[in-house]
Amino acid sequence: MMAVQEQKKEKKEPLFHIVRRTDISTKTKAVIYAIAILAGFLISSLICWAFGEDATPIDFFASMFTGAFGTKRLIWLLLQDMALLLGVSVALVPAFKMKFWNLGGNGQVLMGCLASIFCMFYFGDLNNVILIPLMLVASLAAGVLWAAIPGIFKAYFDTNESLFTLMLNYIAQGLVAMFITIWVKSGSGVLSPLSAGNLPEIGGNRYILIIVVLFLLAGLMYCYLRYTKHGYELTVVGESPNTAKYIGINVKAVIIRTLILSGAIAGLVGFFLAAGINHTVSTASANNMGFTAIMTSWLAGFNPLLMFASCFFITFVNRGMQEVRMNFSFENDSISNIVVGIIYFCVIAVSFFITYQVVFRKNETKTKAKEEN
Amino acid sequence: MVTFVVSAVSLAIVFLYGCLGETLMEKAGHLNLGIPGIMCLGTAGGCLGIALYQGMLSDPSKPSWILLILFSIFFSVIFSSFGGSIYALLTVSLRCNQNITGLALTTFGSGLTQLIMDKYVDRSYFDAAGKVISRGFVNNSDAPGILKALLSYGFFVYFGIVLALAATFVLNRTRVGLHLRSIGENPATADAAGINVTLYKYLTIIVGSSIAGLGGLFYTMDYLKGSWENASTIEAFGWMAIALVIFTLWKPNVSILGSIVFGGFYIAAFVLNGSSTQKELLKLLPYVITVVVLIFTSIVKKKGSQAPAALGLSYFREER
Repeated sequence: MMAVQEQKKEKKEPLFHIVRRTDISTKTKAVIYAIAILAGFLISSLICWAFGEDATPIDFFASMFTGAFGTKRLIWLLLQDMALLLGVSVALVPAFKMKFWNLGGNGQVLMGCLASIFCMFYFGDLNNVILIPLMLVASLAAGVLWAAIPGIFKAYFDTNESLFTLMLNYIAQGLVAMFITIWVKSGSGVLSPLSAGNLPEIGGNRYILIIVVLFLLAGLMYCYLRYTKHGYELTVVGESPNTAKYIGINVKAVIIRTLILSGAIAGLVGFFLAAGINHTVSTASANNMGFTAIMTSWLAGFNPLLMFASCFFITFVNRGMQEVRMNFSFENDSISNIVVGIIYFCVIAVSFFITYQVVFRKNETKTKAKEEN
Repeated sequence: MVTFVVSAVSLAIVFLYGCLGETLMEKAGHLNLGIPGIMCLGTAGGCLGIALYQGMLSDPSKPSWILLILFSIFFSVIFSSFGGSIYALLTVSLRCNQNITGLALTTFGSGLTQLIMDKYVDRSYFDAAGKVISRGFVNNSDAPGILKALLSYGFFVYFGIVLALAATFVLNRTRVGLHLRSIGENPATADAAGINVTLYKYLTIIVGSSIAGLGGLFYTMDYLKGSWENASTIEAFGWMAIALVIFTLWKPNVSILGSIVFGGFYIAAFVLNGSSTQKELLKLLPYVITVVVLIFTSIVKKKGSQAPAALGLSYFREER
């Protein structure tokens, strides 16, 4: 009788259940992500095969690689794009560590661009020795402004930061559009590149300055988060604001201070975009890096050193897809968006297997039986 | 004035659908930043449906009204619930971060939509379909203004308003709505009370996505009368819809009014005889107002006008 009842109970048990992992080795983590990335590429190549003209998976991968590493110039561009993305990720990461969901990277970078271009437009006759530092200060200030405002409101009134920063993106875009209507009298809405205040080339190479500065910054951010008191404090605030309060951390000050740092770095990226690369500004100047950087910093587990890998990977996909798009006659960047989206989905989905473990019922009964024996 | 109201209300409906879908999902505790992508997917689906239907006709320039509506809604819902299911699978079952899943969905959705619209949708008879879909109850131009302001819209305008009122009723007056809200506030308590949290979340996300998708379809087929620009316009409207959810304090009935205000500001930028600088400033207003509302509600902290308490958090039963 008892046995029958037990059997019935057994049948009602679900096939598997989910357990949170207590720890996971770096190796398992790497393997899981590698599988996800491979799966993403495989699905993407098949989709390109279905939609494109003669885009077999082999051609697809070949195009990706030539698009990313084909010529010396392409490699420099890859590194530059990667450095910019890394810069934005470095800007966002302290806020994310503090569980402050800053979705406003686009706006902060764009404001940095706008401030630089503003200086280039109105003070263009100044010597570059004065003009460039002025632009730098203006860009940093603009970035700080755009990040600190939501920070202050979060600190004092607990205003939802993700929605606030999201709105600020559009306000920044609107401001850019407005200034362009003031600056461009023809009404074309396109500001042609300005010649004043361009960053100097180092040894005839216009990529290296930006790459070196932003790479260094990522290293510094790693040290800041890991070895300084500030880094410790913001991590505690992120983990538990109440704990932070009890051990005497001024939570409000930490939030505002971190957001100022965050905004300044985003402003710096904006400065590089304006002074070093585009020499002009448009509503799309931030190139959606604010959103992409959310992905890269999250992928890296908010570790600035691992962000080198995630930023390289995402930039590789983006640049590779440009080649794929041209080779297989896709009209616009729609296919890049699809591929990037699919790879994101795969990588996001496996994050489940990193935090949780699926335990099947059979295994459990077996282990129990073993234990009994 | 009447033309202004008519065009403001028409555009408002785009925001209304998106906002309505997002409100439902947020009530279940899911901040879905994939709304712009889902609205794009809904457009692609609906347009594909219309193209399929017109392809079956011997004279594609004379489609029937009811079949157009049915085909477009059916395919739109299939496409947007496909997008919604991806989001639900990742955030509900796999408990992934909602923000980044949403952003990925937006990228994916707008890309797929652009590709489908460019390559697979025959748009040659879309102006005919657009005319039929946007046909209002009062069409002659010398009807009195008040009648025109109220009755000159196509089916999708009234459908959206009815949906919004229905959503308010369901959320506030029914058991299902009570369960849904309790999941958004505290999923662990809801679970303990015997509510199937996972099922509710899945259904809400899929229904919400389907509603949001209709917004994109409405914009292309009714507001633009069948002309297709590109996915990025619809994407921008999607972000506005997310802003609108805050602006209307998570209340579907308020969102009818709120969306008309948003639509009004947006249209005013085109209607007013200002310089282009003033127009750009005017376009900023909806976002600035949303920020002000956001700040104001957070300062006042009135009960009933706050975001659901568990918004954005994944629910894992074994961690209660």
